[in-house]
Amino acid sequence: MNSARRKLLTALPIVGASALGIGFWRMLHGMENGGFDPRAVNTPQLGRAIPSFALPGLPGIGDGFSSTDLRDQHTPILLNFFASWCIPCVSEMPGLRNISQSIPIWGIAYKDHLDDAAAFIQRDGSPYARVAADQTGRTAIDWGVTGVPETFLVAPGGRILWHNASGLTPDIFDADIRPLLAAIQ
Amino acid sequence: MKRLYTLLFVVLFVGGLTGLALAVDSPSEMLHDPVQEKRAENIGAQLRCLVCQNESIEDSSAPLARDLRHVVREQVQSGKTDQEIMAWMTDRYGTFIRLSPPFSITTALLWIMPALALVSGVALAWWQFRQRNTAPPNDSLTDEERTRIAALTQENE
Repeated sequence: MNSARRKLLTALPIVGASALGIGFWRMLHGMENGGFDPRAVNTPQLGRAIPSFALPGLPGIGDGFSSTDLRDQHTPILLNFFASWCIPCVSEMPGLRNISQSIPIWGIAYKDHLDDAAAFIQRDGSPYARVAADQTGRTAIDWGVTGVPETFLVAPGGRILWHNASGLTPDIFDADIRPLLAAIQ
Repeated sequence: MKRLYTLLFVVLFVGGLTGLALAVDSPSEMLHDPVQEKRAENIGAQLRCLVCQNESIEDSSAPLARDLRHVVREQVQSGKTDQEIMAWMTDRYGTFIRLSPPFSITTALLWIMPALALVSGVALAWWQFRQRNTAPPNDSLTDEERTRIAALTQENE
């Protein structure tokens, strides 16, 4: 075996391992700064028209809403799936109240007892302009929801501009949603 | 020996039954028509549970998986084809919901990897084998070896 080939054979595993290392480092780095999300299963909904649905309301809080109501709006709306039994939804609530001063938020209670959901959102003041209940969870499946909380930004006319499969915070709102809102106005 | 076979049969049979029982949460979930139920199970086995991502919806006990199993069975009963049911699912959750991803630019390497590994392995083995056979025997001696042989043969004489 001549020395050039020997050098090549020594270099190959080192180069291969380095390439793998760089790849993994970029993945981990991306996960940290939000550039890479292995759980991002929300892409199919972006740019789509909202699915059709008609849901009832919660006791004592309005009488629900339908996809037609959502399409007929003249301003962008945030649609938030939540449940009283979901812990991230509890920690999301103060942030939602804050955000609701900038944009109307409509809520859909996902597979929840009606009374529990009503009590949950009214405990410290509801962030929602309108609320509906999806007791079977079938509307959530049509939206591609995999678990609560999830939030969608719906443009006037009913197109989905943005989707987040985790809790919404004022920081995410400022970083991701405000630029989108500025772009459509 | 016969007793061993009986034991093996019982173990496999009971194992099979428990496997079946684990697939769905309750027998009431299953379709009455065994052919339709079998089809629904086959489709469900190809769909990823989006909550516990490396299980199929047939294996998972997550509530969303149960709901999706229900959707699959409803659609099987209403006479939809496998392709239509799969399209309904990917329409909502993207190709991520399919446990075996469809062939595309991004998954090409994944799909051709076994063939690629086999071909390159065979090529490498063939190349190595040929090299070993055709390598000329190293029969030229160094000057040092020649003098040593000369010395040895002289000693023997």
